[in-house]
Order: sequence, then C-alpha cells, then structure tokens
Amino acid sequence: MTNEVLLDFNNVTMQFGGVTALSEVSVKIFRGEILGLIGPNGAGKTTCFNVMTGVYQPTQGTVMFNGSDITKLKRYEITQSGIARTFQNIRLFSEMTAVENVMVGADARKTSSIPASLLRTKRQRTEEKESYDRSMELLALMGIADRASDAARNLPYGYQRRLEIARALATEPELLCLDEPAAGFNPAEKQELNELILKIRDQGYTVLLIEHDMNVVMKISDRVTVLDFGRKIAEGLPQEVRENPDVIAAYLGVPDDAA
Amino acid sequence: MSQLLILWKRFYSLFAGVQAHWKSMSRVQRLSGYALAVLALYLAPWWPKIPGIGWLVNTPGTQFSTVLNDQVIIFVLVALGLNVVVGLAGLLDLGYVGFYAVGAYVVGVLTSQHASLPWIVALPIAVLVSMLVGVILGTPTLRLRGDYLAIVTLGFGEIIRISAKNLDWLGASRGISDIGKPPSIGPLKFGVIDPKPYYWLGLTLVFLVVFCLYRLEESRVGRAWTAIREDEDAAELMGVNTFKFKLWAFAIGAAVGGLAGAHYAGKVGFISPDNFPLQLSILFLAAVVLGGSGNMPGAILGGIMVAWLPERFRNFTDKRVLVFGIALVLVMVFRPEGLLPRRVRTKTAMRTSSDGKEVAQ
Amino acid sequence: MPDWLIVRTFWDLTVTGLALGSIYALVALGYTLVYGVLRLINFAHSEIFMVGTFSALIASTQFLNIPLLEDGNYPYRAGGTLVLFLVFILFAAMFISGVGAVALERIAYRPLRGNGDAFGAIALAFLTAFVLGLIFVNETKANLIIACVGTAPISYSYIRFFKKGKKAPRLAFLISAIGASTAIAEAVGIWGPNRREQYQTPRILEKKVLFKALGTDVRVDYVIVIVGALLMLTALTLFVNKTKLGRGVRAVAQDAETARILGVNVDLIIVVTFALGGVMAGGAAMLFTLVYDQSRFNIGFILGVKSFTAAVLGGIGNLKGALLGGFMLGLVENYGSALFGGQWKDVIAFVVLLVVLMVRPTGILGESLGRARV
Repeated sequence: MTNEVLLDFNNVTMQFGGVTALSEVSVKIFRGEILGLIGPNGAGKTTCFNVMTGVYQPTQGTVMFNGSDITKLKRYEITQSGIARTFQNIRLFSEMTAVENVMVGADARKTSSIPASLLRTKRQRTEEKESYDRSMELLALMGIADRASDAARNLPYGYQRRLEIARALATEPELLCLDEPAAGFNPAEKQELNELILKIRDQGYTVLLIEHDMNVVMKISDRVTVLDFGRKIAEGLPQEVRENPDVIAAYLGVPDDAA
Repeated sequence: MSQLLILWKRFYSLFAGVQAHWKSMSRVQRLSGYALAVLALYLAPWWPKIPGIGWLVNTPGTQFSTVLNDQVIIFVLVALGLNVVVGLAGLLDLGYVGFYAVGAYVVGVLTSQHASLPWIVALPIAVLVSMLVGVILGTPTLRLRGDYLAIVTLGFGEIIRISAKNLDWLGASRGISDIGKPPSIGPLKFGVIDPKPYYWLGLTLVFLVVFCLYRLEESRVGRAWTAIREDEDAAELMGVNTFKFKLWAFAIGAAVGGLAGAHYAGKVGFISPDNFPLQLSILFLAAVVLGGSGNMPGAILGGIMVAWLPERFRNFTDKRVLVFGIALVLVMVFRPEGLLPRRVRTKTAMRTSSDGKEVAQ
Repeated sequence: MPDWLIVRTFWDLTVTGLALGSIYALVALGYTLVYGVLRLINFAHSEIFMVGTFSALIASTQFLNIPLLEDGNYPYRAGGTLVLFLVFILFAAMFISGVGAVALERIAYRPLRGNGDAFGAIALAFLTAFVLGLIFVNETKANLIIACVGTAPISYSYIRFFKKGKKAPRLAFLISAIGASTAIAEAVGIWGPNRREQYQTPRILEKKVLFKALGTDVRVDYVIVIVGALLMLTALTLFVNKTKLGRGVRAVAQDAETARILGVNVDLIIVVTFALGGVMAGGAAMLFTLVYDQSRFNIGFILGVKSFTAAVLGGIGNLKGALLGGFMLGLVENYGSALFGGQWKDVIAFVVLLVVLMVRPTGILGESLGRARV
C-alpha cells in the first residue's frame, strides 16, 4: 500500500426520484490496498459500485481515477481505463464457455475489429492467442481451469463466483471491485476466497471489497469504510472501525429507532 | 408413439456414429469429404433425377432449379444475415425485408431505371448502400431495448416499401423492369430460361457469406455479439463497446440482406413494391428461429425448410399458409430452440490452443 | 381553401381520428396487458380482434337474424331494440374474443412456459394430425376425420413431452405467436363463406349527426366509439387497481417469481390477463364494425401493428399509455394524410413513433411497471 490515491470518490450524492441512495459520500482508495466497504443491507454499497463503474451518473460529485475525471465516461470506457467489477447476483454470459467468458474481458484490451477478423490478419491472430492464453492463465489462478470449456450456466455455484472474478481480472484492471464475492459460501470456501483475494492483491491489483459479513472484511482488509443509510459513518483500520460506537449501533440497531 | 421415439433414438445414435467416424478420419479424407459435399450441392439441380430418392426433394408444379435459386438460395442468404442480427447479437429485427428491398432497388435503379451499369458493378454498390442504410437506421435506434427495437424496425420495413410504392423515381407501384443480369462467363449464360447458372452463382455467394460470417463468429467480434445477447449491461461493464458492436451486427446483417436482394433482382429482372411485404420479414424471422437462432447451420436449415417445404407439398396449395402457421407453433412448442439449436462452442478453446498442432497430426 | 373549410376539416379529422384512435387504444390494451405480465409481444392478439369482428357479424346476422338490407334499405333499428341489440352484439364479441384469447394462451404459449396441460396437448395433437393428414389427402371432411382419430394417441404422447417444465427462450414465444396469428387468419380465409373477400356487417345504427361542434358534424357512431372506449378503459383500470385479481395482475407484472412465492396463482393471473385483453379486443371489434360496417380475414394484421405501435408510443405496460398512444396515433394518421396524402399515412405514424422513442426511449408515459435495470 502506498500513499498514492488511485480512486477518489469525491462528495458523491445519488438520488433516484425522491430517494437519496448516497449522500455526500467521499472515499479514497490507495494504490495496492484492500479497502473493505461494509454496511447493513440497503446502506448504499452497491450503489457506490454502480456510480464508480458508470452504471449510474451521480446527481452530484465526481469520481477521479488515476488523476482523471471518469464521472462522465461511458461504462466500457471506464472498464478500459482500469476499473473492473463483479456482480452480487452473478451475471455471467451463461451460454458461453467459461474460457469465452474470460476472453470477453480480455478483449477489452484488444483492438482488432471487423475488418481484421474478416481477413484474419497476423495481429488479429496474435491477439486471439493472447486473449486465450491469458484467459486460461486466469482460470488456473482461480483454480477453475478444469471446467474451461463448460458453459458458464453448467458450472457449480462456487465456480461461477470465481469465474466472475477471473472475467473481471482479464480486463487488466488497476482497481478490482468485488461485490459480495463470498455470498452463499460456507466458512471453508470463504477462507479459500480470502486467500485468493490476498493473492490477487499481492499481484499488484488494488481491491475494493463489498461484504456485509464483518468477519471476512475485518480479516483481509487494510482499511474499512462503513456506510449506513447512504452516509459514510466510519473509516479506518479494521480494529478501529470494529470498536466505533456508530458502527456497532448501525449493525445492532440503534435503541432510539424504537421511538 | 414410443416406437417412434425409439426409432428416433436409433437414428440419432447412427448419426452420432457417423460423426465419431468422421472425427477419426484423416485430414485428407475429411477434405475430400467436404469437396464431395460441395460438389453434390453444385449438382443439386439434378437431384430430382436420382432414381429412388429423387421424388423426395422434387417440387411438383415448379421447376426444381427455379425453386433452388428463387426460394432456397434467397432464403438461406437472408437467414444467414438475419441470424447475425437476431441470433448472435440478440437484436430483434422485424423489418429485415427493408434491407432486402434496398439491395434489390439499388440494382434496379443502377442497371435499368436511372443508369445502365452492369449488374456486377451494381452488386457491390447495392451491398454497400444496404450497409449504409443499416447504419443510418441503427444509429438512432440501437439505443432502444429489445421490443422497442422490434416495432421500430418493423416500421422501417414498411417505410421502405411505401416509399418505393409512392416515389416515381423508384418506379412507384409499376416497379422496375429490365434489370441487368450477371455477365455471362463462357458457357455460363445468365438468361431468362435456365435458372441453373443463377443457382450456382447464388450458392457461391452463400459459401462466401458463410466463410466471412464464420470468421467473424470465431473472433473477438463474435464473442462481443454473444456477450451482448446474453447480458448487455454486463457486456458493457466488461469493456465491450456495445453500441459499436450492435451497429456492426446491424450493418453486416443489412449487407447480407442487400446482397440477397441484389441477387434476386438480377435473376427475376423485375421488382415491384409488392415483392417486399411486411409478411416477408416475419417469414425471414421464422426461418431463422425455426432452424435454430444463433447457429449458422440452423439458420441455413431454417431457410431451406421455409423456402422448399411449401413447394414440395403442392397438393394442398390452398392451405399452405395455414399449415405453415400451425407448424411454427408445433415446432416452437416441442423444439423451442429450433430444429438445430445452438450449442455451446467448446471448440473455441481447442482450435485456438492447437492452432499449430492440427497440421502435425 | 377558405379559412372556415380548413377549420372544419381540422375538426373533422380530429373527430374521426379520435374514433379510430379509440379502437387502436382498446386493442393496444391487450398488447400492453400481456406485455406487462409476460414480457411478450402477443402477435396473435390482432387475430383475436379479427375474430371479434366476425363474432359481431355472426351475432347480428345469425342470432338476431338481421339481414344486410331490408327492402333496399339499411336494417336500422331504433330505441330500446337498438340498445338491446348493440349490447348483445357487444357482449357476444367480447365473450368470443375473451375465450379465444384464453384458448390461444393455453395452446400456443403455456406449453412454452413449461406448463402445458391436457387442453393444450389435445388441441396441438388435433392440429398435428390435421397437418399430417393433409400430406395424404386434401379434403376437409376426410382431414377432420383423420385429425379426430389421430388426436388421442398423439395427445397422449404430447402430455408426456409437456412435463419438462423448462421455459422456452423469448424468441420462441414470438414465433409461436406469429404462427398462431397466421393460422387463425388463414383458417378464416379458407373456411369462411366469403373466403378471402370482404364481409359486410349489417348497419343497424343510423349514422345520424348527433350535434354540431366547432363547425363539424359529430356523428353518433363516433360518439359511441369514443365514449365506449373511455368507459371500457375506466372499467379495466378499476378492475386492475381495485380488485384482488387486479392486484394479482400488477404483482405478477412487477415480479412473477416473487408473486408466486407470495402465493399468487400465476397461471390464473395469466389467464385473467389474456381474458381481459381479449374482452377489450372484442369490444374494439364491435365498435369497429359499428363505424366501418365490414370485416375481412386479414383485417387484424395492419390494425394489430398499428395498435402495438400505439401501445409502444404511450409506453408499453401502461394502461393510460395505451389510451394516449391510441388517440395520438389516430390523430397523427388523420392529420398526416390530410397534409401529405393518404398513401404516406403509415410512414408518418412510424416516423412519429421513432421521434418519440428518440426523446423518450420507453414511450410518452414510460413503462409504468418498468423495473430498474442493472
């Protein structure tokens, strides 16, 4: 972890009609860290993701990535500039094979298009091979290479979750955003996933992790940001956050709720 | 009925056996197999003369080679093009007849109505213009989702037809006659009597289109299309420039449709707005989905079925359309993914990895 | 043209446009309801409308014994008889169209939802046997006998096929709908007494000018059509918003899976949706015959396309949108034909649709039941 700010989520407000999903949230992500983003259900974690990756245009505020403003970029441009994500509810290309899924991600960095593909130029063939090799490598890294040519929809749940990560990694991101990657996992699988995420970080990626399982986040995050009702209520090292009374209140429910 | 099922299973295992045998053959054997198949296709006009099984394919009432060209080739071309749009990229296009009409009309205008270019020069222009029209229509509309796109494209098909019907410049309802024919090459004469040369030309065009589309399908482009079909939002978030690839799909589909139209115009020599009714778009779509949307062999099969079956069974001409409608429902109920459903292409993995090795085998 | 004529023509066009728009709107309701619940373009809905016009025709000529002409005059009725007759014809058309829509759902869509039942199996088996029989003999009576004999064994095997419970891809629904649409229209074209020619419907309502407004004669049939359409829409809105079944329809439209888990009988709701759409189409069909006095086997196709356009224009899945879209389309077509000539009517309609969708990609009022995407 360095002190270089990779992503600056600056004073973002997001409103849907009359509902405010995020209210003046500011988050900084430093290069090389694992930042945990936690909060109770409906706190605005996924909205945060959606603003970062361009799914939503924020009502107010900016998102700076690597020093440039990406708020107005199209979704695929944001991906190409180096942010990749996974989805909380798995969204693979279900009719495509596992390796093809990952190749779609890898293709984000390629340029050959219709004419090159028609003519099968040398560059196009090199790119195809690179995409394929890189994808197989990533599948191996995730430990799912044995099912590379199975349709994504036929893969077991755990494989699908990891395939999502492989597909995101294939876009060669600097920042990898994982949206509840451990959802539905048992403790042993969670443990495995934790190690995998640490391994990914050690390869030089910066990771933003959404979880609402506190234990997972606390174990691997370098820093933790807590959202509640669309506001940032705490930020800091895991143990600081764990002891923060606001956070405890948010998770256990505040007594004056009853009033 | 259960006997029928058993019979079907036997047939299927026989088929699988042939397939396995095919895979075990050497490269030379396989290549000569392909060559034989291609030769057989070029000899198709004589199939009805094969003793014993010829009557199976023959079309009572219409000359077989006329059916081959005017119906089968046209429908196969169109199904191939529409398959890119609907089957691969998942864009529901109900106005595909519009591109087919554009191709035919460009040839008509350039070879007869307003100029007298040779057909062979008009052909590439027709394809390019169709493509351009695809881009012009696609640019504003491809932002729309699924069913909105369907109704807009349907409207587009109608706009093309009505414009052709009401613009004197395009011959209005009289249509365009004396359209230029392909140039004769040696003994291959493109006249009015013998449809065989047109069929051979059309078949060559089909091979060309299949070759090109296959290359696109097996590349980054094909993956982008499939990803868009499966989940457009996820595709875009994985870095696919969805708009660009949708537009390309539309343009390529349009180009193939235009090619079919140009070929048709060159053969029949006369076109009028009545050749391009809205119902034809629906027939085209039916061909693609009936055969197996998203799967090239499926689309080809669908095109052949929709074109040839009605000609084969002429003894109930008056009820053909009725039977067609019922058949569509039945096929969709029992084979909702079409007669030849698309399969997950496990091949991609193998082909790319063994690029060099295959030759060595 | 003098000014007063322009004004008069304008209001003339407005009145006829609204009348035509009412019919579009009523048919559009069927598209919108089914689309809202199943996300399906019910392509065969246009034929339900067509069947409705024939129901109205049969009801008036066969059941009420009204001839096309009486002593060289239209068979006008007046007073209570007229009202009674009109109501009877209306209900007949609504009933047959409603039943037709429900049967359509059972035969052509439900099996695709992986939920086929005996009714669908028997109907499909009958059709299969009929088609197979045609290969050998083309004589209606013989075909019917073959079909009846073949139904039993084939339907037995179809029921077993049905037990898969797998949902077909969306395109399959559309093609099945197109097939059903083609088959229904053709069946009427083949076996109807006038075959493919036009049919006249008896004109029992004397089309008197009811009142003059803004320099225009407002004919009574136009008023009936517009008021009738508004009444039917109001009734439908009340049904959807106030009754238990209506609540079910809205729940399934929003999220079928959740609705199922919460105990909503989704199959029943789908039947209700199709029935409602059919009833509205039947009403539209009766009103159509009232104004235009005619029908034909292929009358549904273009009208269906237009009505679906109207539904999209207003915002598909949105009941008020269907009304707005219908009126707007009717008016645009009328004004457009006056300005550019009747042959450009459809072009103008589609260009307006395109422009509206460019500005508002989900129609003027939007998809009321639209879900958040991503």
